Amino acid sequence: MIEVSSLSKKYGNHLAVDNVSFSINKGEIVGFLGPNGAGKSTIMNIITGYLSYTAGKVTVDGIDIMNNPEAAKKRIGYLPEIPPLYIDMTVREYLDFIFDLKKVKFPKNAHIEEIMRLVKITDVKGRLIKNLSKGYRQRVGFAGALVGNPDVLILDEPTVGLDPKQILDMRVLITKLAKNHTIILSSHILPEIQSVCKRVIIINKGQIIADDTADNLSQKLAQDNTVTARIICDEDDMKKALASVEGVKSVISLGKKENGAYEFSIVPNSGFDIRAAIFSKVKDSGKTLLSLSSGGASLEQIFLRLTELEDTEEARRMLGTDAGDPVNTEESEENGDVSDI
Amino acid sequence: MLAIFKREFKSYFKTPIGYIFLAAYYFFFGLFFSRYFEGGFTLVPQLLISMAMIVTFTLPIITMRLLSEDRRQKVDQLILTAPVRLSSIVLGKFFAAFLVYAIGFAPTVIFEIIVAGRVKVNVFSYFYALLGMFLLGAALISIGLFISSLTESPAMAAMITLVINILAIFMSSLAVLVDIDWLSKICDKLAFVSAVDSFEKTVFSIPDIVYFLSITAAFLFLTVRSLEKKRWA
Repeated sequence: MIEVSSLSKKYGNHLAVDNVSFSINKGEIVGFLGPNGAGKSTIMNIITGYLSYTAGKVTVDGIDIMNNPEAAKKRIGYLPEIPPLYIDMTVREYLDFIFDLKKVKFPKNAHIEEIMRLVKITDVKGRLIKNLSKGYRQRVGFAGALVGNPDVLILDEPTVGLDPKQILDMRVLITKLAKNHTIILSSHILPEIQSVCKRVIIINKGQIIADDTADNLSQKLAQDNTVTARIICDEDDMKKALASVEGVKSVISLGKKENGAYEFSIVPNSGFDIRAAIFSKVKDSGKTLLSLSSGGASLEQIFLRLTELEDTEEARRMLGTDAGDPVNTEESEENGDVSDI
Repeated sequence: MLAIFKREFKSYFKTPIGYIFLAAYYFFFGLFFSRYFEGGFTLVPQLLISMAMIVTFTLPIITMRLLSEDRRQKVDQLILTAPVRLSSIVLGKFFAAFLVYAIGFAPTVIFEIIVAGRVKVNVFSYFYALLGMFLLGAALISIGLFISSLTESPAMAAMITLVINILAIFMSSLAVLVDIDWLSKICDKLAFVSAVDSFEKTVFSIPDIVYFLSITAAFLFLTVRSLEKKRWA
């Protein structure tokens, strides 16, 4: 459905997207994961025709976005990071406007009413968008993307700024839509990707460093003897102390987890079992070790580990994959039941 | 194009801008007409042309937000990713602003009828002067639209447009200050004020019509290019 090949985008001398290739099949739901500034939004803006590219090719349903933008754009519903709303319009006026703008052929009233019901904004349809809360605005933006029932939905951080209840609602909605849409979803929030998407593309510094199912990514990285330790300590001092232990390759702080306790992900050099050494180090420094576990990396740990690596090639080696290869999604169909979020 | 035109036109009257703009036009038309009429003045075409200055100073108000506001609110992402051609976006916005401008001239129809009831008038000269003002308006709106595509700040767009409008109108007066013969001749020919003045006479002047139409077309084209260029930034 979406084919991106050797895509690059330069802003002046800065290479924002660097030779990215992937393909997304009809009905797939794919998560773009990466830190802020990784190039997720730029790639989405290129697929939707908002930005041009420096090199490469993008097709949507076989149609080149550059050569035939109108036909390609008809197939895409886009929710940018900041919902594009005319705040001086009411919700209904805004959706009517998008309906006319997209030259949709469905019966207008029924179509818009249905979308408003789906995203639960019927009760605010007569209100000015400027008077709506962030959560409602996000949903109105989402409704705009759904007008015309496009095959492809591109959602750039759809849950940013929502409260936990709204995030859950949004996930349920996305899962519902995934049944008959092809969806690309970006986020730097990991549980969101994990719960909704079967396939994850991790992007860092404009390059794809991993393209696999969430489960496969976890498994591959769990093969090493990475240790997760929770310690009551000073974050920076302990990070340095742990890094000095023999056999330790890198230490990543996962942040404060409970009162005064920080969690660290400690990656050993291959062949080393560092659990005992870590225990001794913490004991010698007079700090309290609350827990120590190895293996079973969470997506959060994978993400931090991959994106903190300076060298993209190293990240790819760690995964033992060439990120250029699209994953075999047939195989992953049965993985990850997303209906019970 | 129609969707953009409708939205843009309505938006003038969701904020005070449309009302203030029209109120200002009606005020000045009313003032000029009542003053002139008392003094036995019966030439509505002249009245129309005398509005050129006010048009120059007020048009930036209705063009400043056309594209800059969309960028500031990030709504351009909606319009530019919709299956619409760039030229349709630009034309939709242009005609919305033009319609508001044209409505500003509505009272002159009444003036012409009042005058026609008292003395014999040349209806052609009224419509010809109206055409002149519409052409001037179209040219200035297209300039304003273009400037609005260059910035995210409506205030900045209004300021720059105002400066350019003043230059376009008073080019010949400014050229006199520079003591270069050929330059002042060119400026004299290009100045909007001399082109508009010709519409006061009843002589049909193709060059002046073509002049304004080409300015309008050129700036509409530049606006489309400016939107296109942003994709490549």
